[in-house]
Amino acid sequence: MTTHVLSQLRNLEAESIHIFREVVAEMERPCLLFSGGKDSIVMLHIAAKAFAPARVPFPVMHVDTGLNFQTVLDCRDRWVERLGVQLVVASVQEAIDRGLVRPEPNGSRNRIQTPVLLEAIEKNGFDAAFGGGRRDEEKARAKERVFSFRDDFGQWDPKNQRPEIWNLYNGRVHQGESIRVFPLSNWTELDIWSYIEAENIDVPDLYLAREREVVARGGMLYEVNEFTPLRDGETAEVRSTRYRTVGDANLTACVESTASTLREVVEEIAAVRLTERGATRGDDRVSEAAMEDRKREGYF
Amino acid sequence: MTATTHATTFAAGPERSVDLLRFATAGSVDDGKSTLIGRLLYDSKTIFADQLESVEQVSRDRGNDYTDLALLTDGLRAEREQGITIDVAYRYFATPKRKFIIADTPGHIQYTRNMVTGASTADVALILVDARKGVLEQSRRHTFLATLLGVPHIVVCVNKMDLVDYSEDVFERIRAEFTEFAARLRVPDLTFIPISALVGDNVVNRSENMPWFDGSPLLSHLERLHVASDRNLIDVRFPVQYVIRPQSHDARDYRGYAGTVASGVMKPGDKVLALPSGLETTIASIETADGPVEEAFPPMSVTVRLADEIDISRGDMLCRPNNTPAALQDIDAQVCWMDETAPLVKGKKYAIKHTTRWARAMVKDINYRVDVNTLHRDEGATEIRLNEIGRIQLRVTQPLFVDPYRQNRQTGAFILVDETTNKTVAAGMVGGLPHSV
Repeated sequence: MTTHVLSQLRNLEAESIHIFREVVAEMERPCLLFSGGKDSIVMLHIAAKAFAPARVPFPVMHVDTGLNFQTVLDCRDRWVERLGVQLVVASVQEAIDRGLVRPEPNGSRNRIQTPVLLEAIEKNGFDAAFGGGRRDEEKARAKERVFSFRDDFGQWDPKNQRPEIWNLYNGRVHQGESIRVFPLSNWTELDIWSYIEAENIDVPDLYLAREREVVARGGMLYEVNEFTPLRDGETAEVRSTRYRTVGDANLTACVESTASTLREVVEEIAAVRLTERGATRGDDRVSEAAMEDRKREGYF
Repeated sequence: MTATTHATTFAAGPERSVDLLRFATAGSVDDGKSTLIGRLLYDSKTIFADQLESVEQVSRDRGNDYTDLALLTDGLRAEREQGITIDVAYRYFATPKRKFIIADTPGHIQYTRNMVTGASTADVALILVDARKGVLEQSRRHTFLATLLGVPHIVVCVNKMDLVDYSEDVFERIRAEFTEFAARLRVPDLTFIPISALVGDNVVNRSENMPWFDGSPLLSHLERLHVASDRNLIDVRFPVQYVIRPQSHDARDYRGYAGTVASGVMKPGDKVLALPSGLETTIASIETADGPVEEAFPPMSVTVRLADEIDISRGDMLCRPNNTPAALQDIDAQVCWMDETAPLVKGKKYAIKHTTRWARAMVKDINYRVDVNTLHRDEGATEIRLNEIGRIQLRVTQPLFVDPYRQNRQTGAFILVDETTNKTVAAGMVGGLPHSV
């Protein structure tokens, strides 16, 4: 006897599938922004389920900052190969070389991804871009629509958002305008990990704990590697750590953890007391409105 | 594999039996709504340490004497600058029993459209009443909008009980007054809880200050509320969203109709009728990426395969031959107008989206405008402006397959879109008022 009730994860999955199908049915040329991080992987996994047994009917785009963990790139390539999707790479390094953008003094390439992204969207004629943003991540995201309208400069205007009622999404745009679509809007970090575990999804091994040589810097732990070498006077130590987010390799910190399996990660996240960005991202700590400002400029 | 196993083998861990409840809150600056949400998040241990630290820091910087929990939810720069909530904010928390999605909306009359947005998908509406002030115009407006949007459960939180000495008389007086008002509306389920959001009485933990109250604290009420039967499992409605036709050699003959079940329960072998063609066939199988299922029910996203090849495309609808929606080109509807730049006027044309179907619609007539505070009908109204509710008649370029909104929140709903600006300008509900006022 069935109760006709979906578990909340299946409910979220169904909602995300609905969003994918709606965009593909109504937009001319969508793409999926794929970083190789857990959220974009879950997004791509659901996209594949939404159109099975057909292939994912849009390309994936990686805005490549040139500061990637190799295992993340490897994971990206496994996904592209497995699903047979087209990969578009928009290179930040190449944009720096030809003078479109300039790196910030602290080495962050977070903000300068935006012009590269916008240029690639325009050049490829994409009128919709799926992003893995979740509303639980950050206060500005909490107010963003699932279909987030962007003007012909790619900008988000939080005061001028389209009302989003029921599941009746409005993706109508004029030439040059576009929408960002966030199929995982209602997922939390715990939902993402519970789902990765339940579906046994391939994610970069950075997310799992192992012993790493790390250095403490500004209250965060950075792995000692080519992107974050030891500075004068610093000493490295070996600790069991894992990554909670995967951003630029030179700015993403790891956290102390012994969670070396997906099950243990789920249990850890269920008990954790810091947000993922607060715990691991140097680039998000700049100001109370850092994310809102970046989104206004056209960031994901 | 049955639908049941599909749903329950999904997660082996603690997520397994957790279902989802969406609730909407509406309130203004001083009625304690933000404090209540802050309290729910805080007492359910959902606020993260760095979020709390940031809110405490900002409160100190501003010279506040207390930690302003509203800062947790007011995310936009303009909101923090003006100290008000402008937009719908979505918040998430979970207990071992349920995951909750809160649509937190501002309560002022100028934000009616945000309240309508939040209420459109809500299972429950929380209405806050200040125990010192009683049932105000605002409480009436929120309740009216919640019932208009078909929210099946309303919970009235009589807040600030600490400021009225936890008086049972005060609570009972408010309950009586509210019940009398609500009798004029269609409220399927109405619950009253005396709380103090600031101190925490009856929010997560039972209050020792109000031994006379024998109901549940708010959180346990929300955890136990039975929402499964709110869905329409009778009328099969499957709006076709997308046709899946793989462009590969091994699946050349595959044709599946993808969509989200709007209502009803579908099974392989069921006879179905396709609209608008009126052709009948049988469901051959219902598929998901995880394999076939024996049943599909709302809100599952599935792919339906049919026994016969009939011409079906996006915007069409599958239903049962003996239970069909009305195919209407003339539609009687309630609308909430959401555009600040121009009012709805007679004769104007809009794009209309209903389930997965787009068409064009012309406003044939405006029957009346409702004063959302007094519920008074203005039958001489010639336009409906921002945040106003009205009853109108539409003529649509092609038939829409509709049910009254009262019976079906999916197939009774539509939006209007301005064809010049592309903005969503109205939320519409088919079939007139959900009650007689």
